[in-house]
Amino acid sequence: MSGAAPQPVLVARGLRKSYGAIEVLAGVDLAVAPGEVACLIGPSGGGKSTLLRCLNFLERPSGGSISVFGEALCQDDGTGVRIAPERTLRRARSRMPMVFQHFNLFNHQTVLQNVMEGPVTVLGLDREAATDRARRLLRDVGMAAREDHYPDQISGGQKQRVAIARALAMAPSVILFDEPTSALDPQLVKGILAVINDLAQQGTTMLIVTHEMKFAREVADRVHFCDGGRIVESGRPDAIFQRPRSARLVDFVRSIHE
Amino acid sequence: MHRFFFREVPEYFLFLLQGAWITLVLSLVSMACGLVLGLAVALGRLSPYRAVRWPLDAYVELWRDTPLIVQLLFIYFTLPEFGLTLPAFWAGVAGLSLNLAAYLSEVFRAAIVAIDPGQRQAALSLGMSRAAIYRRVVLPQMFRATLPTVGGYFIALLKDCSLVSFISVNELLRHANIVIADTFDSMNTYIMVGFIYFVMSFGSARLIGLLERRLTPRHQRRGTAMLSDPKGAAA
Repeated sequence: MSGAAPQPVLVARGLRKSYGAIEVLAGVDLAVAPGEVACLIGPSGGGKSTLLRCLNFLERPSGGSISVFGEALCQDDGTGVRIAPERTLRRARSRMPMVFQHFNLFNHQTVLQNVMEGPVTVLGLDREAATDRARRLLRDVGMAAREDHYPDQISGGQKQRVAIARALAMAPSVILFDEPTSALDPQLVKGILAVINDLAQQGTTMLIVTHEMKFAREVADRVHFCDGGRIVESGRPDAIFQRPRSARLVDFVRSIHE
Repeated sequence: MHRFFFREVPEYFLFLLQGAWITLVLSLVSMACGLVLGLAVALGRLSPYRAVRWPLDAYVELWRDTPLIVQLLFIYFTLPEFGLTLPAFWAGVAGLSLNLAAYLSEVFRAAIVAIDPGQRQAALSLGMSRAAIYRRVVLPQMFRATLPTVGGYFIALLKDCSLVSFISVNELLRHANIVIADTFDSMNTYIMVGFIYFVMSFGSARLIGLLERRLTPRHQRRGTAMLSDPKGAAA
């Protein structure tokens, strides 16, 4: 962490995850710098979503190390992973909330309550401050007019806007997106990508698992190609899409142009 | 008929109401204990530890597979032989709430499992503690989903309370039997008893309905979906 390079927000080293005999992550190295928009691309089953879910401990890694702003969440001393206490994990999660493919809003709460939940319950904001923050973010994502609606009254695209506002309400260091547009109708995808693009312009640090290649090319600062449980190739989007080096990435890029 | 309205009703109705009051208190106390115990058992049965799950599974099976009256008689008449003597009222509370909890734990467990795990993951990813996730996300949805069923169990409980007359709790049915011993008029006495049970149960059902309505967001209330959805109304 010396020199001019800023300390990464998030670092994973040799991250492994197995379900029984099936190895889904086979040693992933990844670093996300502050202000960076990183996209994880690759074929289905390549481990992208599992990687994201291990980073914030929705899944327990089987090996390797993860640190957030230099604080270790898990460490591997060769004999096994040592995982930080629950309290440390919770604090780390609150700084890297996740936006899910299926939105996962709280069904018993209104749009406004969904966005307020984290600030009130986790950050300890008083209701007035949390309401102000939630209203401002709902305005930013174009959902101000729907604050009293319940999740079953709004469309998928609107749910995802609310989910993004809910993540932003944590004043996060990095937002993890797990295929945020994969469950949406094509005409709604554009709106969500535009919201994410706005966040990128404002310098929000994001790690995005996506199948939207055009979006990755336009918005990402860095693209990681993930296949067979490893990050096979990383680089600037133009390098990844126009000058792929590894055979697997060459195949993958060719397949998306077909 | 004349004798019924002008002698028995004024003379015995108040006495029956005193019994009904005990029935009501017994039901409410047993319901409160049953709810707490049932929730604790439901959470325990969702535990990843077999040592916690197994005894609770055994409890639920044992209590569901034996008659309530046997459980009450056992608590009141047999437990004293093992050195645990409970006053009749509390033996009734113990029997009724242990029985109720066995059933409610299954209702609660099913409702918790039915909540989409994605919501729990979303709460986790905001940094919420497990306790906060239960308090803020899981339990509110569980209570709302189970309220009609739990309300049904309360009404059943009100009437099951009549069984504790067998262990000499002075509730409604026991008072009725005392009246009959006095008047030999079982028909009219049981008509009054039936009337009182009906009023208590019907009143409870209405109150539970109101509570359910209050806890349901406006657009999800029965009937409103059809009014707001022209396609639904046409179909």
